[in-house]
Amino acid sequence: MTAILETKDLSIAFGGHVAVNGVTVEIPEKKFTSIIGPNGAGKTTFFNLLSGQLSPTNGSIYFKGEDITKVSTTKRARMGIGRSFQITNVFPNLTVLENVRLAVQSKNKVRYNIFSHFKHYPGFEKRSLELLDIVFLKEKANAIAASLAHGEKRKLEIAMLLALETEILLLDEPTAGMSVEEVPAIMDVIRNIKDEGNRTIVLIEHKMDMIMGLSDEVLVLYHGELIAKGTPAEIVENETVQAAYLGGGV
Amino acid sequence: MNLRRVETSTWIYLAISFLLIFIPFIVTGRSMQFIFIQIFIFAIFAMSYDILLGFTGIISFGHVMFFGIGAYSTAVTLGRMDATIGSFVLGAIIALVIAAIVSLIVGALTLRLKSHFYAMLTLALAGLFLVLAEKWRSVTGGNDGFTFSLPEFFRDSETMYWFSLLSMVLIFFGLRRFTRSPFGRVLMAIRENENRTESLGFQVTYYKVLASVVAGVVASFAGVLYALSLRFVNTAVFATDLTIDVLLMTIIGGVGTLIGPIVGAGLVEFAHHWLSGLADVHWIFERWIILYGIVYVLVVIFFPLGIVGTIQSKFMNRPVRALRTNRKSDGKKENRKGA
Ligand SMILES: Nc1ncnc2c1ncn2[C@@H]1O[C@H](COP(=O)(O)OP(=O)(O)OP(=O)(O)O)[C@@H](O)[C@H]1O
Ligand SMILES: [Mg+2]
Repeated sequence: MTAILETKDLSIAFGGHVAVNGVTVEIPEKKFTSIIGPNGAGKTTFFNLLSGQLSPTNGSIYFKGEDITKVSTTKRARMGIGRSFQITNVFPNLTVLENVRLAVQSKNKVRYNIFSHFKHYPGFEKRSLELLDIVFLKEKANAIAASLAHGEKRKLEIAMLLALETEILLLDEPTAGMSVEEVPAIMDVIRNIKDEGNRTIVLIEHKMDMIMGLSDEVLVLYHGELIAKGTPAEIVENETVQAAYLGGGV
Repeated sequence: MNLRRVETSTWIYLAISFLLIFIPFIVTGRSMQFIFIQIFIFAIFAMSYDILLGFTGIISFGHVMFFGIGAYSTAVTLGRMDATIGSFVLGAIIALVIAAIVSLIVGALTLRLKSHFYAMLTLALAGLFLVLAEKWRSVTGGNDGFTFSLPEFFRDSETMYWFSLLSMVLIFFGLRRFTRSPFGRVLMAIRENENRTESLGFQVTYYKVLASVVAGVVASFAGVLYALSLRFVNTAVFATDLTIDVLLMTIIGGVGTLIGPIVGAGLVEFAHHWLSGLADVHWIFERWIILYGIVYVLVVIFFPLGIVGTIQSKFMNRPVRALRTNRKSDGKKENRKGA
């Protein structure tokens, strides 16, 4: 088992508040890793460190053995670290299709072309519609992203992430805010990616039952610290985790 | 379907441009032709501002410096050399090159930082250029400026009219293609959400710098035409008033539309003309800047998308529709989440 992502003693403090505290962990390649932990445990902050949105006050991050602690968000995305956001982070006044098309464009490395019309790449639009179909958002392709319901924005987030076809997918509570009927369908989308077997998936999720069947490994964050890691079965049995969840008050 | 609509609007714009060719035959008075020439020139200037503000979301308080660079480069070159087309072309090339270099440096210095750094540095630099133009008398003639003679070709007002019109039309179509290129789409993404654009793997700073260079070069070309149209240049071409004018034109017409700034330039220029004409009727019209302010406030309140933006959102179901209403609702949602 090789690690595709690795952190060593990773910490970040906001003022006096240490949101991620000395986390040393290896994310195994082509496996499904879940991160759980109560609200405010530092899960999203940990993702922000991995994707480069924040830089750590201490410690380092390695991607395939290479130190990427100082590498920019843009470069990390190009290297193959893609993520979706918990608080939806789309292009509000562009259409749903255009949101995804931009991600497809980036994936295809069409970056500085100022001479052709963007429609001269019909493949991008076709691919975007395919992705929107996968997340059940195809009918909304021409809607303005800002007009989407919260759950729909989450789907758009996922489509944009899938469009990048990155080796690593960091998913931050992808189903939060979706209706109960929609959640299984989106989980199926995630399951399908897992079953293809060639991507590394890291999922932040609160609902234990949801990740039980999916995860190869579960990491537990509590007050910024990694307090446990193991298979789902081990984590359910783990006393420290139980104490944290019961005592911490989720 | 989308492409067909693009075609339709292109035909409409071409038809209007074609009709505009005949204005000099109908409006034969020099002063009226001059107003049209000013409109075309300021439309170019305002379109360049729209690339920054409307498409990329960059605010500049000193965009006038590129306009001034264009005007002075042309005037100084034509003033010191023979009044030939060759000197004009040389002056224009100097104008565009200086503008490109200055915008590249300013952009590279500040566009990595928070957005207000660009606004502040351009404001400061525009001030610096103004002082330079005032003090470097041997070249600029100081505050009073200087006149110069035009190449034979530009001497009659009709030619100047057609040349400005042609420039405006070409620049409009050129910039429109630019904003619809894959590159231009990324600019809009940056305007919408810079952070997300980065995490899609786009090098945001490069895009912003390039957008500012395009805007600077086009503004400089507007300055070139401006000097030509006046046969004169003075420090007014670096004055902040012009930045405010161009901001007004862009906002009244509609940001992020390109055609809006043209409409805005027309309205603002005609307003200038009529209001200063009305000064004989009542002193209040001499204070047209006050009326300006009022119009400006009314537009921002009732037509936050500008004239063209509002029309497009009413009749064409364009993405700009969401600009106002959804920013509001998004804010609400964010608050709800925070609460
Ligand atoms: N940019 C920031 N500035 C200051 N404090 C922050 C910032 N980002 C996160 N925090 C703080 O860090 C802590 C961890 O937040 P984080 O969002 O990572 O938690 P989380 O585990 O993702 O929680 P949730 O399950 O609610 O999403 C919180 O106390 C939060 O207030
Ligand atoms: Mg979170």
